[in-house]
Amino acid sequence: MSESVDTFGRRLHYLNADFGVKSWLLTRDHKRIALLYLISITIFFALGGLMAVGIRLELATPQGDLVQPDTYNRLFTMHGVLMIFFFLIPSIPAVLGNFLIPLMIGAKDLAFPKLNLASWYIYNIAGFFTLWAVAQGGVDTGWTFYTPYSTTYSNSYVIATALGVFISGFSSILTAVNFIVTIHRMRAPGLTWFRLPLFIWAHYATSLVIILGTPVIAVTILMVAAERLLHIGIFDPALGGDPVLFQHLFWFYSHPAVYIMILPSMGVVSELIAAFTRKRIFGYKFIAGASVAIAVLGFLVWGHHMFLSSQSVYAGMVFSVLSMLVAVPSAIKVFNWIATMYKGSVSWDTPMLYAMGFIGLFTIGGLTGVMLATLGIDIHVHDTYFVVAHFHYVMVGGAIMGYLGGLHFWWPKMTGRLYPVFWSKFAAIIIFVGFNLTFFPQFLLGYLGMPRRYHVYPADFQVLNVMSSAGATVLGVGYLIPLVYFVWSMRYGKRADRNPWGAIGLEWNTGSPPPQHNFHEIPTVDWDAYGYLPDTPAGTGESWGIAVPTQRQDRTQDDG
Amino acid sequence: MSIWPEQFPLFPDRATAIARDIDAIYFFGLGVATVFSLLIAGLIVFFAVRYRRTSPDEVGQREQAPAWLELVWSIIPLGILLFMFAWGAQVFFDARRAPADAVEYYVTGKQWMWKFQHPSGNREINELHVPVGVPIKLIMTSEDVIHSFWVPEFRVKMDVLPGRYTDLWFEVDKVGVYRLFCNEYCGVEHSLMGGRVIAMEPADYEEWLGSGQPQTTLTKSGEQLFEEKTCNTCHLGRSFALGPSLNDIFGTEVTFADGSTAIVDENYLRESILDPRARLVQGYQALMPTFQGQVDEEELVLLIDYIKSLSEGTGASSTGN
Amino acid sequence: MADTHAPGLQHHFDSYEQQQEASFFGMWVFLATEVLFFGGLFCVYLIYRTANPVAFAAGSRELDILLGGINTAVLIGSSLTMALAVHAAQVGKHKMIAIWMALTGILGGTFLGIKAVEYSHKIHEGHFPGPHFVWHGPEVNVEMFFNIYFMMTGLHALHMIIGMGIMLVLIPLAWKGRFTPDSHNYIEGFGLYWHFVDIVWIFLFPLLYLLGVTSHV
Repeated sequence: MSESVDTFGRRLHYLNADFGVKSWLLTRDHKRIALLYLISITIFFALGGLMAVGIRLELATPQGDLVQPDTYNRLFTMHGVLMIFFFLIPSIPAVLGNFLIPLMIGAKDLAFPKLNLASWYIYNIAGFFTLWAVAQGGVDTGWTFYTPYSTTYSNSYVIATALGVFISGFSSILTAVNFIVTIHRMRAPGLTWFRLPLFIWAHYATSLVIILGTPVIAVTILMVAAERLLHIGIFDPALGGDPVLFQHLFWFYSHPAVYIMILPSMGVVSELIAAFTRKRIFGYKFIAGASVAIAVLGFLVWGHHMFLSSQSVYAGMVFSVLSMLVAVPSAIKVFNWIATMYKGSVSWDTPMLYAMGFIGLFTIGGLTGVMLATLGIDIHVHDTYFVVAHFHYVMVGGAIMGYLGGLHFWWPKMTGRLYPVFWSKFAAIIIFVGFNLTFFPQFLLGYLGMPRRYHVYPADFQVLNVMSSAGATVLGVGYLIPLVYFVWSMRYGKRADRNPWGAIGLEWNTGSPPPQHNFHEIPTVDWDAYGYLPDTPAGTGESWGIAVPTQRQDRTQDDG
Repeated sequence: MSIWPEQFPLFPDRATAIARDIDAIYFFGLGVATVFSLLIAGLIVFFAVRYRRTSPDEVGQREQAPAWLELVWSIIPLGILLFMFAWGAQVFFDARRAPADAVEYYVTGKQWMWKFQHPSGNREINELHVPVGVPIKLIMTSEDVIHSFWVPEFRVKMDVLPGRYTDLWFEVDKVGVYRLFCNEYCGVEHSLMGGRVIAMEPADYEEWLGSGQPQTTLTKSGEQLFEEKTCNTCHLGRSFALGPSLNDIFGTEVTFADGSTAIVDENYLRESILDPRARLVQGYQALMPTFQGQVDEEELVLLIDYIKSLSEGTGASSTGN
Repeated sequence: MADTHAPGLQHHFDSYEQQQEASFFGMWVFLATEVLFFGGLFCVYLIYRTANPVAFAAGSRELDILLGGINTAVLIGSSLTMALAVHAAQVGKHKMIAIWMALTGILGGTFLGIKAVEYSHKIHEGHFPGPHFVWHGPEVNVEMFFNIYFMMTGLHALHMIIGMGIMLVLIPLAWKGRFTPDSHNYIEGFGLYWHFVDIVWIFLFPLLYLLGVTSHV
């Protein structure tokens, strides 16, 4: 296997193959585009996080004393819009998926590299519109844009924001089309569907949801903009429309959108669990099937957001029972991950800490979701802080934990550098503690009687709110630490070898960072995923030099 | 409860029977969530410690957990989930379906206040006085955006929509003052769109009703308005009348020109006043003009209440006081 | 790594066949999103038509079936010429690709011209929804019909305009012989898109124009 070297004898890879701004901004290399996405997404995450800081500061006291109610409403709306459309939805697919899908399936690139670059530009244009709306004064409708408030009554920049969301949808769609085609048509010889890593299955399911859901929200947003701009009645009852129809259309996308955020994270966790227990994943086909089942069932449950919106009780029953069913594949995944740990070789490396955190927090998020789907309970907790706590357990405790775990796992592959072990474990623990302190009290608050989106609240809710605000501070610090050491590691981190974790997967069989076209030689795959076997450490792909745990790099002394 | 500081409550009071049902299923759900969360967290910690990697080159053992576990952890959760669904649906039905003898109050939400009309004709803003021990049904609509009516101590909640009626019922069993929240985001002062529900002994309530200015009941006011708008010229029920008779119509099934049918409820009456041609009763001409823009929400309520009062014995009439 | 890539074959594909399969498959997946996009509108149409049958019938009777019918014929004709352009690409007659596509473009332009005439009639009659909407008949909420009419036909027309913009790029390339029987994914992909836009109209025409004729309310 020949390595290309430059004139100074250094190994050539995708980062040093060419230089200059143009080589980045006009790149068609999926790995570089992934890094571009990483930068954009981090910026939006930071902005969304700042909004959250504002929200939690305001809620430290029951009076509305820090910001005006109007400002508060804009803060939580922008927090939702930025975090959901500009961070959570693109995070894992656009960064990790983009980087890893071709590597994991043995392809030189995604099927449509130009489209991939275009989707990054579209994402940024969308972000620009949204930030422009923020600069103008923001939007105050809540990220749900409920009519007729958004179309008739709000005095904020609804159309600019809606346009931003609309455009960002194209970016998602292009990425999803690219993934689906790539997974179907670009797999290495011998890499059959049931030999694919579960990360690929998860991204395939996610892409299906994006393809089928996003256009519906796009056309719905167009109708909202038309109603607002031209005063034509589509959703406003004063103009002959039906506001609940908007909710149906909105949740037809926005409930599956939850699965767009969580499925890739589940894919990451499947990889982490296998790699850090050095064990064949338990119930491979069940986990793969569960991803697809979640994607399909996810389209049938949107009405559980409208149990109390004048929907008939019978419709409520149907949506309730379907929502219960979608919990089953999630449970299957969780139990399979745990069964994989049984008699595994469980390492406590940083990515594994995130994976274990994910399973625990996602379980709480999922089980409280089941409570919300129970009609009798939902009457009381619908639209309260109980709901806020629930979806933060799924989104932050689930999706973001998975994202950070994946980033820590593949960072050596992406940058060729290792990060400090101590600080990364410290940050993982801080994030876990801060997260629970922030969001657990909100379950209690919700049942106690605090509605969501409240700027001012009764004084007897203060203690729990202060706990939550304190936790948010801890969580914020927890997020800053990785930012610092990741940036630090790019220059000062110890160099990583091709397989620092001793993991199995095609991506670990090429250089760190990978060469420009991923592989010097496209592999022929004649083995199943995760072939960790005690007596044949090199697995069945030995001839091609796959996954050699004995070559595992010593990472214990790179703290200083 | 007494040793717990009052400034730091963790659980809301209960003031209705349905609150007990909802709490029961909530605790069941909470129990399921706790047991499974602890089970999973416990297994993670146990496996992580028990099978901790001891040497850098160690690989997981070949031995796998038995495959029949897949069935176990699919079927057991499914069973629990379906049980929760069934129980939840039953509680939901009880909470949503008002008893036939419930007294009807009308509620209008508006940015950012609540307006209440008692059957006796009394009106209130942001405060609702009700007698304890009497089932009360709120028929609600909004003048602008979507609101939602929630009293945590009653465990009842329902969205309040513009352009249609939704309803909610409760029977308070404890005298007291309870906080009312708007629970659907409705704009700048959403968090201030609150109020109080004041539950009193029936005798005190009667006294309170009398203390205000003398009132004409909703039904009486509705009858006056019915004549003012000359509804009675066509809807008197004479054989040569141009419109269908409204006597005993509420709660019955009517057949429309296209053969479809519907039960006459508040929403149908509302539609027929504002958009008479939308669903025309079979055998009648489309002659009635629209009253869109000519009656406001509160007048609509009066007309509907009067039309309902013409249907005695269907169990849906307004009882007045 | 083989550097013997043939012209028109991108570096990350192994063969023309793989490249072509990928691009068609991508186009089909994209069209799936388009189906859902219009699907949202059809869903809104269905719900409001069920709620306002009388108004929808009355609104539909205002539309000009003759112009709509001519447009249907024009659009079906343009699908034929597009199919012929694709055939020309498959057999490698690159000048014919350009000619058939230009004809497709002319038919598309005709469609849009007729549509513009219809729009101006409706706007002139005050049937453009919004504060200036005028309706003299007794039916309530006819405006909803015109909301949906303008939205559906407007988004359909927008798709045609985008299609014609793409055509402006493809026709000169075809004339210069950029597309060979081995490598003409753009032409075939665009053909799929154009047929899809036609099919949307095949649904729009009866739902909007013929509704009033068949409706008995």
